Amino acid sequence: MGKTAKKTSSPYAGRIAARSHFRTLRLDTPFQPRIDALMKQNDWYSWAGYRAPASLWDEELEYFAIRSTAALFDISPMVKYLIQGPDSEAYLDRVTLRDVTRLRPGRVQYTAWCDDEGHVLDDGTLFRLTEDAFRLCCQERHLPWLLDSAIGYDVSIVEETEEIAGLALQGPTSFAVLREADFDGVEHLKVFDLAGFEHQGGTVTISRTGFTGDLGYELFVPANLALSLWDRLMEAGQARGIRAIGYTALNRARLEAGLIVANADFSTAEHALRPDRVRMPDEIGLGFMVDAKKGHFNGRRAIMAARDGKKLRHVLVGIEIEGNIPAEHAIVYHGKKKEVGLVSAAGWSPLAKRNIAIASLVRPYGHTVNDDLWVEIYAMRELKYERLMKRARIVPRPFIKLDRRTANPPADF
Amino acid sequence: MTSSEAAAPQASRWNAKSDVIVIGGGHNGLVCAALLARSGRKVLVLEAAVEAGGGARTEEFAPGFRVSSVAHILNRLHPDVVKELSLEAHGLKLEPATHISSVSLSTDDDPLVLTGAYGEGLLGASDKEAAAWKDLRAQLFRYAGILKPFLSRRPPDLGGRMSMAETFALGQTALALKKLGKEDMRDFLRVILMNVADLLDEQLTDNRLKGLLAFDAVLGSHLGPRSPTSLLGLYYRLAGEIGGRAGAQTVPAGGMGAVTAAIVASAEKAGVVLRTDAAVRRIVVENGRAAGVVLESGEEISGSLVVSAADPSTTFLELVGPRELNTGFVRKVGNIRKNGDAAKLHLALDRPPQFAGIDTTGLRGRLVIAPSTDHVERAFNPSKYGEFSPEPVMEITLPSLADPSLAPSGACVLSAVVQYAPYRLREGWDAGKPKFLKAIMNILERYAPGIGKTVRHAELLTPRDIERRYRMPGGHWHHGELQADQMLMSRPVFGAEGYATPIDGLYLCGAGSHPGGGVSGAPGLNAARRIIALER
Ligand SMILES: Cc1cc2nc3c(=O)[nH]c(=O)nc-3n(C[C@H](O)[C@H](O)[C@H](O)COP(=O)(O)OP(=O)(O)OC[C@H]3O[C@@H](n4cnc5c(N)ncnc54)[C@H](O)[C@@H]3O)c2cc1C
Repeated sequence: MGKTAKKTSSPYAGRIAARSHFRTLRLDTPFQPRIDALMKQNDWYSWAGYRAPASLWDEELEYFAIRSTAALFDISPMVKYLIQGPDSEAYLDRVTLRDVTRLRPGRVQYTAWCDDEGHVLDDGTLFRLTEDAFRLCCQERHLPWLLDSAIGYDVSIVEETEEIAGLALQGPTSFAVLREADFDGVEHLKVFDLAGFEHQGGTVTISRTGFTGDLGYELFVPANLALSLWDRLMEAGQARGIRAIGYTALNRARLEAGLIVANADFSTAEHALRPDRVRMPDEIGLGFMVDAKKGHFNGRRAIMAARDGKKLRHVLVGIEIEGNIPAEHAIVYHGKKKEVGLVSAAGWSPLAKRNIAIASLVRPYGHTVNDDLWVEIYAMRELKYERLMKRARIVPRPFIKLDRRTANPPADF
Repeated sequence: MTSSEAAAPQASRWNAKSDVIVIGGGHNGLVCAALLARSGRKVLVLEAAVEAGGGARTEEFAPGFRVSSVAHILNRLHPDVVKELSLEAHGLKLEPATHISSVSLSTDDDPLVLTGAYGEGLLGASDKEAAAWKDLRAQLFRYAGILKPFLSRRPPDLGGRMSMAETFALGQTALALKKLGKEDMRDFLRVILMNVADLLDEQLTDNRLKGLLAFDAVLGSHLGPRSPTSLLGLYYRLAGEIGGRAGAQTVPAGGMGAVTAAIVASAEKAGVVLRTDAAVRRIVVENGRAAGVVLESGEEISGSLVVSAADPSTTFLELVGPRELNTGFVRKVGNIRKNGDAAKLHLALDRPPQFAGIDTTGLRGRLVIAPSTDHVERAFNPSKYGEFSPEPVMEITLPSLADPSLAPSGACVLSAVVQYAPYRLREGWDAGKPKFLKAIMNILERYAPGIGKTVRHAELLTPRDIERRYRMPGGHWHHGELQADQMLMSRPVFGAEGYATPIDGLYLCGAGSHPGGGVSGAPGLNAARRIIALER
């Protein structure tokens, strides 16, 4: 460009400015000073461009913090949108699969949304903060899609990923930690409830949600209140075994809970390059979200046509594998010969005491043909692969079911 | 509604449930309506204006002066439309005696005349140029002929949902390509996406001839002759025929309204009910299916099928509304380029103008002021930046010479399509219009000295005026640019390319659909055929 080149003003300048995250190669979250102080392993990974801990001190013990005491996990890298305005309910009803008119203020919905072809763009959680305000949390960035979906609606959409910090507090003592931290009234929260609580003159939104299948909460605050919130929880949790954890531990817990992760267990429509990699909700176990009784929503026609025409090609299932060797990314066979799918997540479940996995299969396998399934595991043993053919059985998800997750009132310790 | 109402007299039939509601009584809507009525359906056409015809009307613009108010030259009315609607029996005259020549004017030289059907004869050129033109003309028609079958049927379906007959027709195109012979075939593929200027420079030398061809290639589009793919516009033009003669053109007696009148007569004979002054505000969608319309007046009319001849952007974004559509589709529709560049000038003159070197038969032809390719390109340049051409190019007809009923005795009507007049004029058309009129009149004065003094009344319709008056968005000739990316299965956008739309029971049938605009009836014809095939 010449010296005289002016900054051009494009009609998309606003959108581009609203998504400047990519200009920093590795972003820090508002909790970084606290996490850095606890990081003993230097085991980082990139979560949507953020420097996030895979493990802080011992992934095994971090996992047991989730299941035995209380685990604190930074979820700030989750992408967040604030959706407000008189048409926000109608707007989200058109964008997402579930019936948003039945989501009351103070409640949370696990949901997903699709493109025109009915292929899943992402899954996430939708928080109804008030009658006219929602927060949508998800794995991928969607601002252009959400803005273009807003044509014809009186609604405003603001990306608030950087502005809002988030923490997941999960585990059997998590309620006790919050009570000890003086969040009065938190005992009234049932699963998928949310409420606002006072913190340092601001508001922290606490919901009884999580990604572990355990008793747990998620907390959202403006970034400037992040560190004081962390300190408040850590202090209150001292006597109740609170521990900061990394993703490796969380990933094991979510597998036990049978929960899927976008772009790990399925490719989102905007990431998939190959035409057969995209997935409809029914192909990744999210068919239950599709509300055929409500009005138009994105992808409706295609989803219904695929159902009617029996054109669904894949299915996502939970499987149990004999033995105890993790089958991560193993190929699934029928009759030991015919390749019928792939394992996307796998591991030994300490809680279920079973070797479990999530796999995507090509129908009819995993759908109507469920016998004679095998996984092929290549286990590296001192520079030699041991090839193991292990029997796999389709089992329901979640792999574990903890009464404490939903118990009311939540258990105190 | 009960079935006994169907037998009620015409006036009260409006409120009864129709089989088909057609939105927009432009020529395409009417053609589609007529064909659907002839297939045994009860059809109601709702037209917003006080009169049918859309861009194909004849209106009084000054006391005693009438003119084809938008389209003025008929050069592509589809033969199947003429035949299936028996338009000649309804008064339309298309025989060769009514055909007119094209005249390329120049201030440096005598006029050049293309006689017969698009220059079967060439008057005023050197023998060498005439021979070169003969070869080029033959080649242009050969290649346009390959594309022609694509225009009279729905675009090829890449999803493999074509009937035997359609696949056969496509096969015939492939066969036509094969029959071309290896060398012609190679050349066809070489030139198809070329710009018209380069092709003309390869084969011709006469600026008047090149200017006229360049003008015809870019007429009605936002392209200059040197813009890539501009040659496609010329093929589109030459794929048209009149009276069985490819490339022929006529100025219908009574103006373009006479074409509409013949179509209306045929439609009404087939049982179509035409209701004017009935603007549709909304298409009612129930459970993903079109169920009827609501008029501006608030009146609701139900119907089993709704066919929209209004442009695609209006149809989807305003009449249906984004809420019933998918985001990606709304995005695509919102991206349709549809800002027009063509203005229309109507002059009421005391007497016929005098163009140097043109006799009385010449005056009845189409007079084109586009003296060279460069001239057309220079006229285009400012429009890229939101400015009108200070030296615009234009095509002029004097329809009252052949049809004196259009003007008071001895007086004369001048009708001209003028480019380039960008829809989004930077200074705004309120300020720009008088200046643009002055620029046009300066040029006319140059070619027909003294014309200015004989003007009793001048009416200039900018694209903005055309949009307001005729509900053509952007004032666009084709209801959306007709360029490679907005053609065939991408017209108007993928997802609505086969006349069917994402809304069950809602179809498109206007110029915004394949093959495109011009008074052809082709979109209306194709849509009707598609509806008859799909909705049994
Ligand atoms: C300046 C200019 C010059 C042209 N010159 C020529 C020419 O010489 N030769 C040629 O062949 N072509 C010419 N064209 C192109 C030609 O006019 C159009 O392509 C043609 O008119 C399109 O026909 P249509 O029936 O598809 O749409 P239209 O003619 O636009 O008709 C659509 C109809 O729908 C109606 N309508 C729209 N919305 C609603 C609603 N909500 N409710 C009810 N009714 C509605 C409109 O009032 C209109 O009557 C010219 C175009 C322009 C702009």
